[in-house]
Amino acid sequence: MEKATETQTTAMLPKQKRQVARKPVLTRIASGILYLALLILAVVQILPLIWLFLFSLKNNQEVFNLAPLSLPAEPKWENYVKVWTEGNISMYFFNSVWITAVSVILTVLIASFVTFAITRMKWKLSKLVLGLFMVAMMIPVHSTLIPLFSFFTSIHLMNHPLAIILTYTAFNLPITMMILLGFYYTLPREIEEAAIMDGCSIHRLFFRIILPITTPVLATTAIINMIYNWNEYVFVNTFISSDKYKTLTVGINNFIGQYSIDWGAIGATLMISILPILFAFFVLSNRIVEGITSGSVKG
Amino acid sequence: MDKVMSNKKIIALYVLPALLLIITLVYVPIVLTGYYGLTQWDGIGERTFIGLANYSKLITDSLFWQSAFHSFLLAIFSVISLVAYLAVSLVLSGKIKGANLFRKIYLVPMLLSSVAIAQLWIRIYHPTNGVMNRFLESIGISNPPLWLADTSIVLFAIFIPIIWQYAGFYILIYYAALKNIPESLVEAAKIDGATPLQIAYKIKVPLIASVIKVTIVLAVVGSLKYFDLIWVMTEGGPNGASEVMASYMYKNAFKMNDFGYGSAIGFFLLLIALGVTWIIRKLTATKEEIQY
Repeated sequence: MEKATETQTTAMLPKQKRQVARKPVLTRIASGILYLALLILAVVQILPLIWLFLFSLKNNQEVFNLAPLSLPAEPKWENYVKVWTEGNISMYFFNSVWITAVSVILTVLIASFVTFAITRMKWKLSKLVLGLFMVAMMIPVHSTLIPLFSFFTSIHLMNHPLAIILTYTAFNLPITMMILLGFYYTLPREIEEAAIMDGCSIHRLFFRIILPITTPVLATTAIINMIYNWNEYVFVNTFISSDKYKTLTVGINNFIGQYSIDWGAIGATLMISILPILFAFFVLSNRIVEGITSGSVKG
Repeated sequence: MDKVMSNKKIIALYVLPALLLIITLVYVPIVLTGYYGLTQWDGIGERTFIGLANYSKLITDSLFWQSAFHSFLLAIFSVISLVAYLAVSLVLSGKIKGANLFRKIYLVPMLLSSVAIAQLWIRIYHPTNGVMNRFLESIGISNPPLWLADTSIVLFAIFIPIIWQYAGFYILIYYAALKNIPESLVEAAKIDGATPLQIAYKIKVPLIASVIKVTIVLAVVGSLKYFDLIWVMTEGGPNGASEVMASYMYKNAFKMNDFGYGSAIGFFLLLIALGVTWIIRKLTATKEEIQY
């Protein structure tokens, strides 16, 4: 069957060559349809977020009575002021900021250390250690959750920010290393040869030469880590019980659960939680795109 | 030179922080999960060793198998949607104006937290005020579905935002892979008279087969362990209609305080994820890598 269609298509080829003159019109129609499909997909991806932004500026009456995609008579910016000042949203926000920042720095630094040792230094177990990190990427978080809960309880880190910072670091090491690896492999050996010849120590080589050279890829890993940590939910939900350490994801989820009637407040809360990421995306979209592709394909 | 670069003390210093973290927080826990599965434990008191009781309970637990079925259903849906993403990427990687902007727009949902996406889609599916039913009513459907409250459709209602969330991610990966194909190969095929469809199916898709393989593994394993969005939207309800393996595990451990049984489910989840990864790699193994 497959053979038959194959010979058929090859038999058709000369005929198509003769039709070359008619091709542009057909191609134009076809590509018009395809372009429309791409546009529709773009609208589908973005429309829910536009709707979210619009209802974050409305009061309940406007949400229920006006058309979903209409503008309110007067934008209710007070929704944002209200959730920022009345609830704990500002506290959750700053928790997210500092916990994300500390985890990102720790992850990128530790991952740089180990990637440097694996790619630049000579030791027998380097392949095995690298494999250990790469396999970790396939392990479901839920298969580690109960022992981690038990471990943090026993060392009195339960309900302590360090529990999530350490977990974020450990679980983001593999992806961070994967992005770093590609860059480290392309660094010419001559750099460290020259440095070592000049009597430079390894620490100096790492901190003064290698780390500065890898700045572009460090920025990529940092932004990817930032997105992952900012959005993380399960670990915070499991390890943190008191409000003063909760991050935005868990915080807004509880907040919305309690105030599920006020649509404007819910919209404003969600907008506040996604704005930093959207802002980062507008400024650094190329880095994000690069990080996501290099972190997933090169495996 | 070699002597300096193989200094054992320095290697240990550079490797150990990362190694200790991943061993203590990832590898030791997966072994312990298997062991805790052999015990009865409420999470606070003493663990009592009860042998294989939890695991044999798991084998006959119809609720678990129902949740496993839902997880696999999500995996199948995700893999089918990969075909659509591949088609979009093939179009996008042709000389399309604004391709770069398109792929960035597609990616936006993927950057948002599952909690925010879940809370947003809860409103979208709201029976009376949600944008979905407002739209359906406006085109004349008088009895629109209840979505998340309807046990027969809740699972599929949840699949839609998951697919929406990840579409841009896979399109981005395929797009990057397709852009890596040397222009000369496509040009040669064009000169030989190949149509755009033939170029797509006979040249481009086979050339990115290894990337497609990776995305299949990612989609399947990602689906089997999927949790956040489902937990926030329905907690597996109503009545277990949207329960998946991870939510069933979480419910048993952290809601019903049966940490022994929860551990057994967690260990099973690990075996399934690793096993399925291995099977997919075996099934899609190619005898020869394509060179170009």
